[in-house]
Amino acid sequence: MCGIVGLYLKNPALESQLGALFEPMLIAMTDRGPDSAGFAIYGDEVADGIKLTLRHEDVNYDWEALAEAARAELNAEVSWFQNATVAVFKMHTDAATATAFVEQHAPEVLILSAGHSIEILKEVGLPEVITETFNLKGMKGTHIIGHTRMATESAVTMAGSHPFSTGEDLCLVHNGSLSNHNRLRLELEREGIRFETENDSEVAAGYLTRRLQLGDTLNQALENAMKDLDGFFTFTIGTRNGFAVTRDPIACKPAVLAETEDYVAMASEYQALTTLPGIENAKVWEPEAAKIYVWERA
Amino acid sequence: MKTFDLATTSLRDINQALHEQAVECTEREWKITGAKGDHNLVCGLDQALSVDIEGHAGYYCAGMNKKAHVVVHGNVGQGVAENMMSGSVRVKGEASQSAGATAHGGMLVIEGNAGARCGISMKGVEIVVKGSVGHMSCFMGQAGALVVCGDAGDALGDSLYETKIFVKGSVASLGADCIEKEMRQEHLDYLTDLLNRAGIDEDPASFKRYGSARQLYNFKVDNVSAY
Repeated sequence: MCGIVGLYLKNPALESQLGALFEPMLIAMTDRGPDSAGFAIYGDEVADGIKLTLRHEDVNYDWEALAEAARAELNAEVSWFQNATVAVFKMHTDAATATAFVEQHAPEVLILSAGHSIEILKEVGLPEVITETFNLKGMKGTHIIGHTRMATESAVTMAGSHPFSTGEDLCLVHNGSLSNHNRLRLELEREGIRFETENDSEVAAGYLTRRLQLGDTLNQALENAMKDLDGFFTFTIGTRNGFAVTRDPIACKPAVLAETEDYVAMASEYQALTTLPGIENAKVWEPEAAKIYVWERA
Repeated sequence: MKTFDLATTSLRDINQALHEQAVECTEREWKITGAKGDHNLVCGLDQALSVDIEGHAGYYCAGMNKKAHVVVHGNVGQGVAENMMSGSVRVKGEASQSAGATAHGGMLVIEGNAGARCGISMKGVEIVVKGSVGHMSCFMGQAGALVVCGDAGDALGDSLYETKIFVKGSVASLGADCIEKEMRQEHLDYLTDLLNRAGIDEDPASFKRYGSARQLYNFKVDNVSAY
Protein backbone atom coordinates (compact mmCIF):
# COMPACT_ATOMS: atom_id res chain seq x y z
CA MET A 1 0.00 0.00 0.00
CA CYS A 2 1.17 3.53 -0.69
CA GLY A 3 -0.21 7.02 -0.45
CA ILE A 4 0.02 9.55 -3.26
CA VAL A 5 -0.87 13.21 -3.21
CA GLY A 6 -0.59 16.16 -5.59
CA LEU A 7 -1.40 19.85 -5.58
CA TYR A 8 -1.53 22.03 -8.69
CA LEU A 9 -2.08 25.74 -8.18
CA LYS A 10 -4.32 27.65 -10.56
CA ASN A 11 -4.01 30.87 -8.57
CA PRO A 12 -0.43 32.28 -8.67
CA ALA A 13 -1.09 34.17 -5.42
CA LEU A 14 -0.83 30.84 -3.56
CA GLU A 15 2.59 29.91 -4.96
CA SER A 16 4.43 31.22 -1.92
CA GLN A 17 2.35 28.82 0.23
CA LEU A 18 2.68 25.68 -1.89
CA GLY A 19 4.89 23.82 0.60
CA ALA A 20 2.79 24.86 3.58
CA LEU A 21 -0.42 23.71 1.87
CA PHE A 22 1.14 20.43 0.80
CA GLU A 23 2.90 19.40 4.01
CA PRO A 24 -0.25 18.28 5.89
CA MET A 25 -1.42 16.43 2.77
CA LEU A 26 1.72 14.30 2.71
CA ILE A 27 1.68 13.72 6.46
CA ALA A 28 -1.99 12.68 6.31
CA MET A 29 -0.90 9.75 4.14
CA THR A 30 1.43 8.33 6.81
CA ASP A 31 -1.11 5.55 7.50
CA ARG A 32 -0.71 4.39 3.92
CA GLY A 33 3.07 4.77 3.83
CA PRO A 34 5.25 5.13 6.93
CA ASP A 35 8.51 3.71 5.49
CA SER A 36 9.76 6.43 3.19
CA ALA A 37 8.43 9.58 1.60
CA GLY A 38 9.34 12.05 -1.05
CA PHE A 39 8.04 14.79 -3.26
CA ALA A 40 8.75 16.55 -6.53
CA ILE A 41 8.22 20.30 -6.41
CA TYR A 42 8.06 22.51 -9.49
CA GLY A 43 9.10 26.14 -9.37
CA ASP A 44 12.17 28.40 -9.22
CA GLU A 45 12.60 28.00 -13.01
CA VAL A 46 16.07 27.94 -14.51
CA ALA A 47 15.56 29.52 -17.92
CA ASP A 48 19.10 29.09 -19.25
CA GLY A 49 20.73 25.87 -18.25
CA ILE A 50 19.67 23.01 -16.08
CA LYS A 51 18.84 22.27 -12.48
CA LEU A 52 19.90 19.01 -10.81
CA THR A 53 18.90 17.72 -7.41
CA LEU A 54 21.73 15.64 -6.02
CA ARG A 55 21.86 13.56 -2.88
CA HIS A 56 24.63 12.34 -0.65
CA GLU A 57 23.95 10.80 2.74
CA ASP A 58 26.72 12.86 4.38
CA VAL A 59 25.34 16.31 5.21
CA ASN A 60 28.94 17.57 5.26
CA TYR A 61 29.63 16.41 1.75
CA ASP A 62 31.85 18.88 -0.10
CA TRP A 63 29.37 20.19 -2.69
CA GLU A 64 31.51 23.26 -3.42
CA ALA A 65 34.36 21.01 -4.56
CA LEU A 66 32.00 19.36 -7.02
CA ALA A 67 30.73 22.76 -8.20
CA GLU A 68 34.29 24.00 -8.62
CA ALA A 69 35.23 20.96 -10.68
CA ALA A 70 32.16 21.50 -12.87
CA ARG A 71 33.02 25.16 -13.45
CA ALA A 72 36.55 24.17 -14.50
CA GLU A 73 35.64 21.25 -16.72
CA LEU A 74 32.44 22.51 -18.29
CA ASN A 75 33.50 26.15 -18.39
CA ALA A 76 30.01 27.01 -17.24
CA GLU A 77 28.45 29.03 -14.44
CA VAL A 78 27.42 26.80 -11.54
CA SER A 79 25.55 27.86 -8.44
CA TRP A 80 24.20 25.58 -5.74
CA PHE A 81 22.45 25.45 -2.39
CA GLN A 82 22.12 22.67 0.11
CA ASN A 83 19.03 21.33 1.81
CA ALA A 84 19.90 18.60 4.32
CA THR A 85 21.19 15.58 2.36
CA VAL A 86 20.32 17.16 -0.96
CA ALA A 87 22.01 19.87 -3.03
CA VAL A 88 20.36 21.75 -5.87
CA PHE A 89 22.83 22.60 -8.64
CA LYS A 90 22.00 25.19 -11.27
CA MET A 91 24.38 24.80 -14.21
CA HIS A 92 24.67 26.72 -17.46
CA THR A 93 24.75 23.64 -19.63
CA ASP A 94 22.36 20.97 -20.89
CA ALA A 95 20.97 18.04 -18.91
CA ALA A 96 23.01 15.34 -20.64
CA THR A 97 26.31 17.16 -20.05
CA ALA A 98 25.45 17.98 -16.46
CA THR A 99 24.37 14.46 -15.48
CA ALA A 100 27.33 12.86 -17.31
CA PHE A 101 29.68 15.15 -15.40
CA VAL A 102 28.18 14.22 -12.01
CA GLU A 103 28.20 10.51 -12.82
CA GLN A 104 31.84 10.65 -13.81
CA HIS A 105 33.19 12.92 -11.09
CA ALA A 106 30.99 11.92 -8.20
CA PRO A 107 29.68 8.37 -8.67
CA GLU A 108 28.84 8.34 -4.94
CA VAL A 109 26.24 11.05 -5.54
CA LEU A 110 22.68 10.09 -6.45
CA ILE A 111 21.00 12.22 -9.12
CA LEU A 112 17.38 12.58 -8.01
CA SER A 113 16.16 14.82 -10.81
CA ALA A 114 17.17 16.98 -13.76
CA GLY A 115 15.16 19.72 -15.42
CA HIS A 116 14.36 23.40 -15.55
CA SER A 117 11.82 23.43 -12.77
CA ILE A 118 11.75 20.11 -10.90
CA GLU A 119 13.37 19.36 -7.56
CA ILE A 120 12.91 15.90 -6.01
CA LEU A 121 13.50 15.40 -2.31
CA LYS A 122 13.07 12.02 -0.64
CA GLU A 123 14.33 10.03 2.32
CA VAL A 124 13.65 6.89 4.28
CA GLY A 125 11.54 7.56 7.36
CA LEU A 126 8.24 8.97 8.51
CA PRO A 127 6.68 11.65 6.28
CA GLU A 128 6.56 14.16 9.16
CA VAL A 129 10.29 13.73 9.76
CA ILE A 130 11.10 14.10 6.07
CA THR A 131 8.99 17.22 5.57
CA GLU A 132 10.71 18.72 8.62
CA THR A 133 14.18 17.74 7.40
CA PHE A 134 13.67 19.50 4.08
CA ASN A 135 11.57 22.35 5.51
CA LEU A 136 8.78 21.62 3.03
CA LYS A 137 6.47 24.24 4.54
CA GLY A 138 8.85 27.02 3.50
CA MET A 139 8.92 25.96 -0.15
CA LYS A 140 7.39 27.86 -3.05
CA GLY A 141 6.31 26.62 -6.42
CA THR A 142 3.54 26.04 -8.94
CA HIS A 143 2.78 22.36 -8.37
CA ILE A 144 3.96 19.43 -6.31
CA ILE A 145 3.40 15.68 -6.16
CA GLY A 146 4.32 13.35 -3.33
CA HIS A 147 4.47 9.72 -2.27
CA THR A 148 4.45 7.84 1.03
CA ARG A 149 5.64 4.26 0.82
CA MET A 150 4.64 1.13 2.68
CA ALA A 151 7.19 -1.37 1.43
CA THR A 152 5.70 -4.70 0.44
CA GLU A 153 8.06 -6.49 -1.93
CA SER A 154 11.41 -4.72 -1.79
CA ALA A 155 13.40 -3.38 1.15
CA VAL A 156 13.04 -0.02 2.86
CA THR A 157 16.00 1.72 1.23
CA MET A 158 16.78 4.99 -0.46
CA ALA A 159 16.76 3.20 -3.83
CA GLY A 160 13.22 2.02 -3.20
CA SER A 161 12.01 5.46 -2.16
CA HIS A 162 9.67 7.27 -4.48
CA PRO A 163 9.19 9.41 -6.48
CA PHE A 164 11.21 8.58 -9.57
CA SER A 165 12.20 10.82 -12.40
CA THR A 166 13.59 9.44 -15.63
CA GLY A 167 13.52 12.50 -17.86
CA GLU A 168 13.77 16.25 -17.67
CA ASP A 169 11.10 17.71 -15.41
CA LEU A 170 9.01 14.54 -15.50
CA CYS A 171 7.96 12.86 -12.31
CA LEU A 172 5.41 10.19 -11.54
CA VAL A 173 3.97 8.89 -8.29
CA HIS A 174 2.28 5.51 -8.36
CA ASN A 175 -0.03 3.52 -6.14
CA GLY A 176 -0.34 -0.03 -7.38
CA SER A 177 1.87 -2.54 -9.13
CA LEU A 178 2.74 -3.26 -12.74
CA SER A 179 3.01 -6.79 -14.06
CA ASN A 180 4.82 -6.21 -17.37
CA HIS A 181 7.56 -3.89 -16.14
CA ASN A 182 10.48 -6.24 -16.77
CA ARG A 183 9.83 -6.63 -20.48
CA LEU A 184 8.96 -2.95 -20.82
CA ARG A 185 12.17 -1.94 -19.04
CA LEU A 186 14.25 -3.96 -21.52
CA GLU A 187 12.47 -2.37 -24.47
CA LEU A 188 12.88 1.12 -23.07
CA GLU A 189 16.55 0.54 -22.26
CA ARG A 190 17.07 -0.45 -25.87
CA GLU A 191 15.54 2.88 -26.85
CA GLY A 192 17.94 4.77 -24.60
CA ILE A 193 16.02 5.27 -21.35
CA ARG A 194 18.13 4.70 -18.27
CA PHE A 195 16.88 3.19 -15.04
CA GLU A 196 18.44 3.38 -11.59
CA THR A 197 16.42 0.67 -9.87
CA GLU A 198 14.40 -2.51 -10.43
CA ASN A 199 11.24 -0.70 -9.40
CA ASP A 200 8.07 -1.00 -11.50
CA SER A 201 7.05 2.62 -10.93
CA GLU A 202 10.33 3.82 -12.40
CA VAL A 203 9.45 1.91 -15.57
CA ALA A 204 6.16 3.79 -15.81
CA ALA A 205 8.06 7.08 -15.48
CA GLY A 206 10.54 5.89 -18.12
CA TYR A 207 7.71 4.92 -20.43
CA LEU A 208 6.17 8.39 -20.23
CA THR A 209 9.57 10.01 -20.74
CA ARG A 210 10.02 7.97 -23.92
CA ARG A 211 6.56 8.82 -25.24
CA LEU A 212 7.15 12.54 -24.61
CA GLN A 213 10.52 12.27 -26.37
CA LEU A 214 8.70 10.79 -29.36
CA GLY A 215 6.52 13.88 -29.52
CA ASP A 216 3.40 12.79 -27.62
CA THR A 217 1.52 15.38 -25.62
CA LEU A 218 1.05 14.44 -21.96
CA ASN A 219 -2.47 13.31 -22.81
CA GLN A 220 -1.30 11.15 -25.73
CA ALA A 221 1.50 9.66 -23.62
CA LEU A 222 -1.06 8.60 -21.01
CA GLU A 223 -3.42 7.20 -23.65
CA ASN A 224 -0.55 5.04 -24.87
CA ALA A 225 0.32 4.08 -21.29
CA MET A 226 -3.23 2.80 -20.89
CA LYS A 227 -2.58 0.38 -23.76
CA ASP A 228 0.98 -0.65 -22.92
CA LEU A 229 1.07 -0.82 -19.13
CA ASP A 230 -0.42 -3.92 -17.55
CA GLY A 231 -1.26 -3.87 -13.88
CA PHE A 232 -2.85 -1.78 -11.20
CA PHE A 233 -2.16 1.89 -11.08
CA THR A 234 -3.31 5.23 -9.93
CA PHE A 235 -0.80 7.75 -11.26
CA THR A 236 -0.25 11.39 -10.55
CA ILE A 237 2.22 12.99 -12.91
CA GLY A 238 4.06 16.28 -12.92
CA THR A 239 5.70 17.95 -15.90
CA ARG A 240 7.33 21.37 -16.22
CA ASN A 241 3.97 23.03 -16.80
CA GLY A 242 1.44 20.26 -16.28
CA PHE A 243 -0.27 17.95 -13.84
CA ALA A 244 -2.15 14.75 -14.67
CA VAL A 245 -4.07 12.01 -12.89
CA THR A 246 -5.16 8.66 -14.28
CA ARG A 247 -6.22 5.18 -13.15
CA ASP A 248 -6.11 1.79 -14.83
CA PRO A 249 -9.35 0.40 -16.35
CA ILE A 250 -10.11 -1.73 -13.27
CA ALA A 251 -9.49 1.20 -10.90
CA CYS A 252 -9.02 -0.74 -7.69
CA LYS A 253 -6.44 1.68 -6.30
CA PRO A 254 -8.13 4.64 -4.66
CA ALA A 255 -8.07 8.25 -5.79
CA VAL A 256 -9.98 11.41 -5.04
CA LEU A 257 -9.79 14.77 -6.81
CA ALA A 258 -10.81 18.21 -5.57
CA GLU A 259 -10.96 21.40 -7.59
CA THR A 260 -11.61 25.03 -6.74
CA GLU A 261 -10.83 28.26 -8.59
CA ASP A 262 -7.47 28.26 -6.79
CA TYR A 263 -6.19 24.70 -7.14
CA VAL A 264 -6.56 21.09 -8.19
CA ALA A 265 -5.67 18.54 -5.52
CA MET A 266 -5.32 14.77 -5.74
CA ALA A 267 -4.99 12.22 -2.94
CA SER A 268 -5.33 8.50 -2.29
CA GLU A 269 -7.86 9.35 0.40
CA TYR A 270 -10.04 12.34 1.15
CA GLN A 271 -8.42 12.68 4.58
CA ALA A 272 -5.38 14.23 2.90
CA LEU A 273 -7.44 17.07 1.44
CA THR A 274 -9.22 18.31 4.55
CA THR A 275 -6.67 21.01 5.42
CA LEU A 276 -6.87 22.77 2.04
CA PRO A 277 -8.52 26.21 2.02
CA GLY A 278 -12.09 26.16 0.72
CA ILE A 279 -12.24 22.35 0.57
CA GLU A 280 -15.76 22.47 2.06
CA ASN A 281 -17.04 24.04 -1.14
CA ALA A 282 -14.64 22.38 -3.59
CA LYS A 283 -15.86 20.07 -6.32
CA VAL A 284 -14.79 16.67 -4.94
CA TRP A 285 -15.01 13.53 -7.06
CA GLU A 286 -13.53 10.13 -7.72
CA PRO A 287 -11.61 10.03 -11.02
CA GLU A 288 -13.13 7.50 -13.41
CA ALA A 289 -11.36 4.36 -14.53
CA ALA A 290 -9.14 4.73 -17.62
CA LYS A 291 -9.93 8.43 -17.90
CA ILE A 292 -7.09 10.92 -18.23
CA TYR A 293 -7.27 14.19 -16.35
CA VAL A 294 -4.74 16.84 -17.38
CA TRP A 295 -4.21 20.40 -16.25
CA GLU A 296 -1.58 22.47 -18.04
CA ARG A 297 -0.37 26.03 -18.01
CA ALA A 298 -0.22 27.87 -21.30
CA MET B 1 -30.13 13.75 20.86
CA LYS B 2 -26.53 13.00 21.71
CA THR B 3 -23.81 14.75 19.69
CA PHE B 4 -20.18 13.76 19.24
CA ASP B 5 -17.53 15.88 17.56
CA LEU B 6 -14.73 13.92 15.91
CA ALA B 7 -12.41 16.83 16.64
CA THR B 8 -12.68 16.12 20.36
CA THR B 9 -13.85 12.49 20.67
CA SER B 10 -11.99 9.58 19.15
CA LEU B 11 -13.62 7.41 16.50
CA ARG B 12 -13.15 4.37 18.72
CA ASP B 13 -14.98 6.02 21.63
CA ILE B 14 -17.84 7.07 19.36
CA ASN B 15 -18.24 3.59 17.88
CA GLN B 16 -18.03 2.07 21.37
CA ALA B 17 -20.77 4.35 22.70
CA LEU B 18 -22.99 3.33 19.79
CA HIS B 19 -22.23 -0.36 20.28
CA GLU B 20 -23.24 -0.13 23.95
CA GLN B 21 -26.73 0.82 22.79
CA ALA B 22 -27.14 -2.76 21.56
CA VAL B 23 -27.19 -3.97 25.17
CA GLU B 24 -29.49 -1.29 26.54
CA CYS B 25 -30.85 1.49 24.40
CA THR B 26 -30.76 4.77 26.33
CA GLU B 27 -30.64 7.20 23.41
CA ARG B 28 -32.23 6.84 19.97
CA GLU B 29 -30.88 9.91 18.19
CA TRP B 30 -27.22 10.55 17.56
CA LYS B 31 -25.26 13.10 15.63
CA ILE B 32 -21.59 13.01 14.68
CA THR B 33 -19.95 16.22 13.52
CA GLY B 34 -16.53 17.02 12.10
CA ALA B 35 -16.12 13.96 9.88
CA LYS B 36 -13.15 14.46 7.58
CA GLY B 37 -12.89 11.24 5.65
CA ASP B 38 -12.44 9.08 8.76
CA HIS B 39 -12.61 5.34 8.05
CA ASN B 40 -14.90 2.83 9.83
CA LEU B 41 -17.40 5.37 11.10
CA VAL B 42 -20.42 3.81 12.88
CA CYS B 43 -19.54 0.26 11.87
CA GLY B 44 -21.26 -2.72 13.43
CA LEU B 45 -24.32 -0.95 14.86
CA ASP B 46 -26.94 -3.32 16.26
CA GLN B 47 -29.79 -1.20 17.57
CA ALA B 48 -32.65 0.88 16.08
CA LEU B 49 -30.74 4.16 16.29
CA SER B 50 -30.91 7.23 14.11
CA VAL B 51 -27.42 8.51 13.33
CA ASP B 52 -26.58 11.65 11.36
CA ILE B 53 -23.01 12.22 10.20
CA GLU B 54 -21.99 15.74 9.23
CA GLY B 55 -19.08 15.86 6.78
CA HIS B 56 -17.44 13.27 4.56
CA ALA B 57 -16.88 9.68 5.69
CA GLY B 58 -13.98 7.43 4.66
CA TYR B 59 -13.97 3.69 3.99
CA TYR B 60 -16.56 1.18 5.25
CA CYS B 61 -18.91 3.73 6.76
CA ALA B 62 -21.87 1.97 8.48
CA GLY B 63 -20.43 -1.41 7.56
CA MET B 64 -22.29 -4.44 8.94
CA ASN B 65 -25.17 -2.20 9.94
CA LYS B 66 -28.12 -3.86 11.69
CA LYS B 67 -31.38 -2.01 12.47
CA ALA B 68 -29.84 1.48 12.60
CA HIS B 69 -30.72 4.33 10.23
CA VAL B 70 -27.63 6.27 9.20
CA VAL B 71 -27.55 9.44 7.12
CA VAL B 72 -24.25 10.82 5.84
CA HIS B 73 -24.47 14.50 4.95
CA GLY B 74 -21.49 14.31 2.61
CA ASN B 75 -19.53 11.84 0.50
CA VAL B 76 -18.40 8.36 1.51
CA GLY B 77 -15.32 6.34 0.61
CA GLN B 78 -15.30 2.75 -0.55
CA GLY B 79 -17.45 0.04 0.97
CA VAL B 80 -20.27 2.10 2.49
CA ALA B 81 -22.81 -0.19 4.20
CA GLU B 82 -20.77 -3.24 3.22
CA ASN B 83 -22.38 -6.38 4.56
CA MET B 84 -25.37 -4.45 5.94
CA MET B 85 -27.96 -6.79 7.47
CA SER B 86 -30.93 -4.46 8.05
CA GLY B 87 -31.81 -0.82 8.72
CA SER B 88 -30.89 1.90 6.24
CA VAL B 89 -28.00 4.05 5.08
CA ARG B 90 -28.53 7.23 3.10
CA VAL B 91 -25.64 9.11 1.50
CA LYS B 92 -26.43 12.71 0.57
CA GLY B 93 -23.32 13.05 -1.57
CA GLU B 94 -21.29 10.67 -3.70
CA ALA B 95 -20.04 7.18 -2.92
CA SER B 96 -16.78 5.54 -3.94
CA GLN B 97 -16.44 1.95 -5.09
CA SER B 98 -18.04 -1.20 -3.64
CA ALA B 99 -21.02 0.55 -2.08
CA GLY B 100 -23.29 -1.99 -0.39
CA ALA B 101 -20.89 -4.85 -1.13
CA THR B 102 -22.13 -8.26 0.06
CA ALA B 103 -25.00 -6.63 1.98
CA HIS B 104 -27.76 -9.02 3.04
CA GLY B 105 -30.60 -6.64 3.83
CA GLY B 106 -31.73 -3.13 4.59
CA MET B 107 -31.77 -0.20 2.19
CA LEU B 108 -28.87 1.88 0.85
CA VAL B 109 -29.75 5.15 -0.87
CA ILE B 110 -27.05 7.18 -2.61
CA GLU B 111 -28.26 10.59 -3.71
CA GLY B 112 -25.18 11.30 -5.84
CA ASN B 113 -23.21 8.88 -8.03
CA ALA B 114 -21.67 5.60 -6.94
CA GLY B 115 -18.29 4.37 -8.18
CA ALA B 116 -17.28 1.01 -9.57
CA ARG B 117 -18.56 -2.32 -8.22
CA CYS B 118 -21.68 -0.89 -6.57
CA GLY B 119 -23.57 -3.80 -4.99
CA ILE B 120 -20.84 -6.35 -5.73
CA SER B 121 -21.94 -9.78 -4.46
CA MET B 122 -25.06 -8.24 -2.87
CA LYS B 123 -27.20 -10.79 -1.06
CA GLY B 124 -30.53 -9.11 -0.41
CA VAL B 125 -29.95 -5.39 0.15
CA GLU B 126 -31.99 -2.84 -1.80
CA ILE B 127 -29.78 -0.15 -3.31
CA VAL B 128 -31.15 2.99 -4.94
CA VAL B 129 -28.70 5.33 -6.66
CA LYS B 130 -30.04 8.68 -7.81
CA GLY B 131 -27.02 9.26 -10.05
CA SER B 132 -24.94 6.78 -12.04
CA VAL B 133 -22.93 3.70 -11.10
CA GLY B 134 -19.46 2.66 -12.29
CA HIS B 135 -18.24 -0.48 -13.98
CA MET B 136 -18.82 -4.05 -12.70
CA SER B 137 -21.78 -3.02 -10.60
CA CYS B 138 -23.83 -5.88 -9.16
CA PHE B 139 -21.08 -8.38 -10.04
CA MET B 140 -22.27 -11.80 -8.79
CA GLY B 141 -25.32 -10.18 -7.21
CA GLN B 142 -27.31 -12.94 -5.53
CA ALA B 143 -30.49 -11.31 -4.22
CA GLY B 144 -32.04 -7.90 -3.60
CA ALA B 145 -32.39 -5.00 -6.03
CA LEU B 146 -30.24 -2.29 -7.57
CA VAL B 147 -31.97 0.80 -8.95
CA VAL B 148 -29.92 3.26 -11.00
CA CYS B 149 -31.62 6.52 -11.99
CA GLY B 150 -28.65 7.61 -14.11
CA ASP B 151 -26.37 5.45 -16.25
CA ALA B 152 -24.52 2.20 -15.55
CA GLY B 153 -20.89 1.53 -16.49
CA ASP B 154 -19.40 -1.48 -18.25
CA ALA B 155 -20.18 -5.11 -17.40
CA LEU B 156 -23.34 -4.45 -15.42
CA GLY B 157 -24.57 -7.54 -13.59
CA ASP B 158 -21.72 -9.82 -14.63
CA SER B 159 -22.26 -13.42 -13.43
CA LEU B 160 -25.56 -12.38 -11.89
CA TYR B 161 -27.75 -14.66 -9.80
CA GLU B 162 -31.14 -13.34 -8.69
CA THR B 163 -30.59 -9.63 -8.02
CA LYS B 164 -33.11 -7.44 -9.86
CA ILE B 165 -31.56 -4.48 -11.67
CA PHE B 166 -33.46 -1.41 -12.87
CA VAL B 167 -31.68 1.28 -14.88
CA LYS B 168 -33.26 4.47 -16.22
CA GLY B 169 -30.35 5.74 -18.32
CA SER B 170 -27.89 3.99 -20.58
CA VAL B 171 -25.94 0.83 -19.83
CA ALA B 172 -22.38 0.92 -21.20
CA SER B 173 -22.38 -2.88 -21.50
CA LEU B 174 -23.93 -5.90 -19.84
CA GLY B 175 -21.72 -8.45 -18.12
CA ALA B 176 -21.70 -12.18 -18.79
CA ASP B 177 -25.12 -13.79 -18.35
CA CYS B 178 -26.91 -10.49 -17.69
CA ILE B 179 -29.77 -9.65 -20.05
CA GLU B 180 -32.53 -7.10 -20.42
CA LYS B 181 -35.86 -8.51 -19.30
CA GLU B 182 -39.50 -7.64 -19.74
CA MET B 183 -40.90 -5.15 -17.20
CA ARG B 184 -44.12 -6.78 -16.05
CA GLN B 185 -46.71 -5.23 -13.75
CA GLU B 186 -45.30 -7.01 -10.69
CA HIS B 187 -41.91 -5.41 -11.40
CA LEU B 188 -43.46 -1.97 -11.90
CA ASP B 189 -45.28 -2.33 -8.61
CA TYR B 190 -42.11 -3.39 -6.82
CA LEU B 191 -40.08 -0.55 -8.35
CA THR B 192 -42.78 2.00 -7.48
CA ASP B 193 -42.74 0.84 -3.89
CA LEU B 194 -38.95 0.82 -3.78
CA LEU B 195 -38.64 4.38 -5.15
CA ASN B 196 -41.27 5.56 -2.68
CA ARG B 197 -39.46 3.99 0.24
CA ALA B 198 -36.19 5.53 -0.97
CA GLY B 199 -37.86 8.93 -1.31
CA ILE B 200 -36.69 9.29 -4.90
CA ASP B 201 -39.05 10.98 -7.34
CA GLU B 202 -38.74 9.08 -10.62
CA ASP B 203 -41.24 7.56 -13.05
CA PRO B 204 -40.99 3.75 -12.71
CA ALA B 205 -42.17 3.29 -16.29
CA SER B 206 -39.02 5.01 -17.57
CA PHE B 207 -36.75 2.23 -16.26
CA LYS B 208 -35.58 -0.94 -17.94
CA ARG B 209 -35.19 -4.20 -16.08
CA TYR B 210 -32.13 -6.44 -16.24
CA GLY B 211 -31.55 -9.83 -14.72
CA SER B 212 -29.81 -13.16 -15.01
CA ALA B 213 -30.14 -15.33 -18.13
CA ARG B 214 -29.46 -18.21 -15.69
CA GLN B 215 -27.00 -19.86 -18.04
CA LEU B 216 -24.09 -19.87 -15.58
CA TYR B 217 -25.97 -21.31 -12.65
CA ASN B 218 -25.23 -24.96 -12.82
CA PHE B 219 -22.76 -27.33 -14.26
CA LYS B 220 -24.02 -28.26 -17.72
CA VAL B 221 -24.41 -31.96 -17.94
CA ASP B 222 -23.49 -31.84 -21.63
CA ASN B 223 -19.94 -31.05 -20.52
CA VAL B 224 -19.56 -34.13 -18.39
CA SER B 225 -17.60 -35.91 -21.10
CA ALA B 226 -14.79 -33.43 -20.57
CA TYR B 227 -13.87 -35.21 -17.34
